[in-house]
Amino acid sequence: MNNVLETESADAPAKSAAAKTVLEVAGLKTYFFVRQGIVKAVDDMSFSLKAGEKLAIVGESGCGKSMTALSILRLVPDPPGRIVAGSVRLDGRDLLKLSEAEMRKVRGNHISMIFQEPMTSLNPVWSIGNQISEAVMLHQNVSRHEAFEKAVEMLQLVKIPEAARRAREYPHQLSGGMRQRAMTAMALACNPHVLLADEPTTALDVTIQAQILDLILELQERLGTAVVLITHDLGVVAETAQRVIVMYGGKKVEEAAVVELFEAPLHPYTQGLLAAVPHLAAMSGLAPARSRLKEIPGIVPALVNLPKGCTFAPRCAFASDVCRNEFPPYETKRPGHNVACWHSNQLDGVRHA
Amino acid sequence: MTPPTSDTPLDAIIGKDEFAAAASADSFDAELAKAGAHVTSRWGMALFLAKRYPLGGVGLAIVVIFVLVAVLAPYITTHDPLATNPAISLAAPSAAHPMGADFMGRDLFSRVVYGARTSLAVAFGATILGVFFGVLIGLASGYLGGWVDLATQRIIDMLQSLPTLILAMAMAAALGPSLTNTIIAIAIPKLPSIARVIRASTLSLREMPFVEAARAMGMSEMRIAMRHILPNTLAPLIVLATAGLGTAILVEASLSFLGLGVPEPHPSWGRMLSESAAEYVRTAPWLVIFPGVAITFAVFGTNLLGDALRDLLDPRQRTSN
Repeated sequence: MNNVLETESADAPAKSAAAKTVLEVAGLKTYFFVRQGIVKAVDDMSFSLKAGEKLAIVGESGCGKSMTALSILRLVPDPPGRIVAGSVRLDGRDLLKLSEAEMRKVRGNHISMIFQEPMTSLNPVWSIGNQISEAVMLHQNVSRHEAFEKAVEMLQLVKIPEAARRAREYPHQLSGGMRQRAMTAMALACNPHVLLADEPTTALDVTIQAQILDLILELQERLGTAVVLITHDLGVVAETAQRVIVMYGGKKVEEAAVVELFEAPLHPYTQGLLAAVPHLAAMSGLAPARSRLKEIPGIVPALVNLPKGCTFAPRCAFASDVCRNEFPPYETKRPGHNVACWHSNQLDGVRHA
Repeated sequence: MTPPTSDTPLDAIIGKDEFAAAASADSFDAELAKAGAHVTSRWGMALFLAKRYPLGGVGLAIVVIFVLVAVLAPYITTHDPLATNPAISLAAPSAAHPMGADFMGRDLFSRVVYGARTSLAVAFGATILGVFFGVLIGLASGYLGGWVDLATQRIIDMLQSLPTLILAMAMAAALGPSLTNTIIAIAIPKLPSIARVIRASTLSLREMPFVEAARAMGMSEMRIAMRHILPNTLAPLIVLATAGLGTAILVEASLSFLGLGVPEPHPSWGRMLSESAAEYVRTAPWLVIFPGVAITFAVFGTNLLGDALRDLLDPRQRTSN
């Protein structure tokens, strides 16, 4: 696995270093105000994305990954949710300061999103060609006919066979993989600068997952789109991303280039995640000692009224008093490798199993 | 083939002739034909559906005949429905006057045929009006939620608490007699059920991922409501509207019977009944029978059609084609 990583991203940082920043999220806080208290779904999230870059956001369910994406598009359900602080700059323009009408021109046009459920993310009563051309007509001044041709062209691009015929078919006539291709075609139809892919392969079976990932990567290279890939699957991260952000409890806990993160994770949560990946050798008994799959003890905390201190402390083997009292500062420990952990210096060099 | 009971020996089941036949290719073709696999054209599909839902086919035929009669009334009738002729007052059915004539000597057949126009105008007018505003109210109520929902639903509650006929009567009495007012009076009691159904569908549809996806593509709320939610509510709406046609005809007849409906000179089945029921039902029963039969058939036909459409558009029975 590591060999693949090294060859894949060897020239990537150099390429992206020259590219300009398209998306810059700073101090983003999305809170939900519910009866039980304040849910800090996204708490002080910051990252930047360069043109054509592939960034992965990983974390367990409910850690705020999807909410980060929805906050960028300003689609947080309000009430109860609200973006309370921060900025989201797309090509230097703060999206959080735009009017709703201006924001609609950004969505689907400059930033698109692919959702997790291809089964229900397309409207059952319109043909897929119709739905893609609607998106095209929404943002580009073209006729219905031209838009439909663009839709067919996009369907060809996402490798749907017989695109012209398929464009006239309805979502229920397509398989899950085909629908996710159609969703991808729709999201990329207006050539956005940024594509937010929210677990695009989670609902698909494994062979289709690989196809869809390859497709998204191929298209993002061809079209120069920057991709934010939201996933809980470290295998997907390893295959696709250049840079990884690990989220826990609504906060970013670690950020590093993908090889760096897999080789030398500095946050105990990241180490736990990596240790929990099943290894074929260990599982099949080929390894010297057949071992049990590791897990992170405990569960993701409810995000309501989090205790002060590190959100991971209750589950962390290294937690000390300082961890339980104060959230650790976010520090650059190595070039391009940031982490928020009081004990990351001691953990440096601790290899995951 | 009767369903085998648990103690039926297996070879007894397999040995059955039907069972052996079921495995042959011929019966597969029969099964496919039953599922409609042979249908290629739109008309073929219509014929197939008419065979599959025979009662619905009958209902559709009645509604089509009803519409044709109304549209072609001047070509079907032999007499002016309004022309009086004292010479044939209360005449029995004959070759010249197939349904006889009323007290004023008007040809009853012509009046019943032209009455179809009145009933059709009222039934379709009230349904279209009711559906239009019912959909508008239901969609706004379900999609916007909040105080809009609360306010409209309480008004709907009030409307729904009154029986259809009482409400229509009150409306007709308040608005005064005219064809337009009758249509309005019948449309208003239709609003609650349509608004409720559309609201219920909208409430579940607006949480669907495709609505969020549409938002993420930059669509406005108005566009999402009209283009992505409304078309998804069509199936229950069509059923409701069709089933409502019969009620509208019946309510119009009732209103006219009570003297609150369509005024003279429009021939109305309900008024034809009320004019003759008390005085002439013994001496000239055809004056009551023919308009009554017309009402019955019109209502029967639309109800059969409505029931068939409900079965057809039921998502559990919908097939991909």
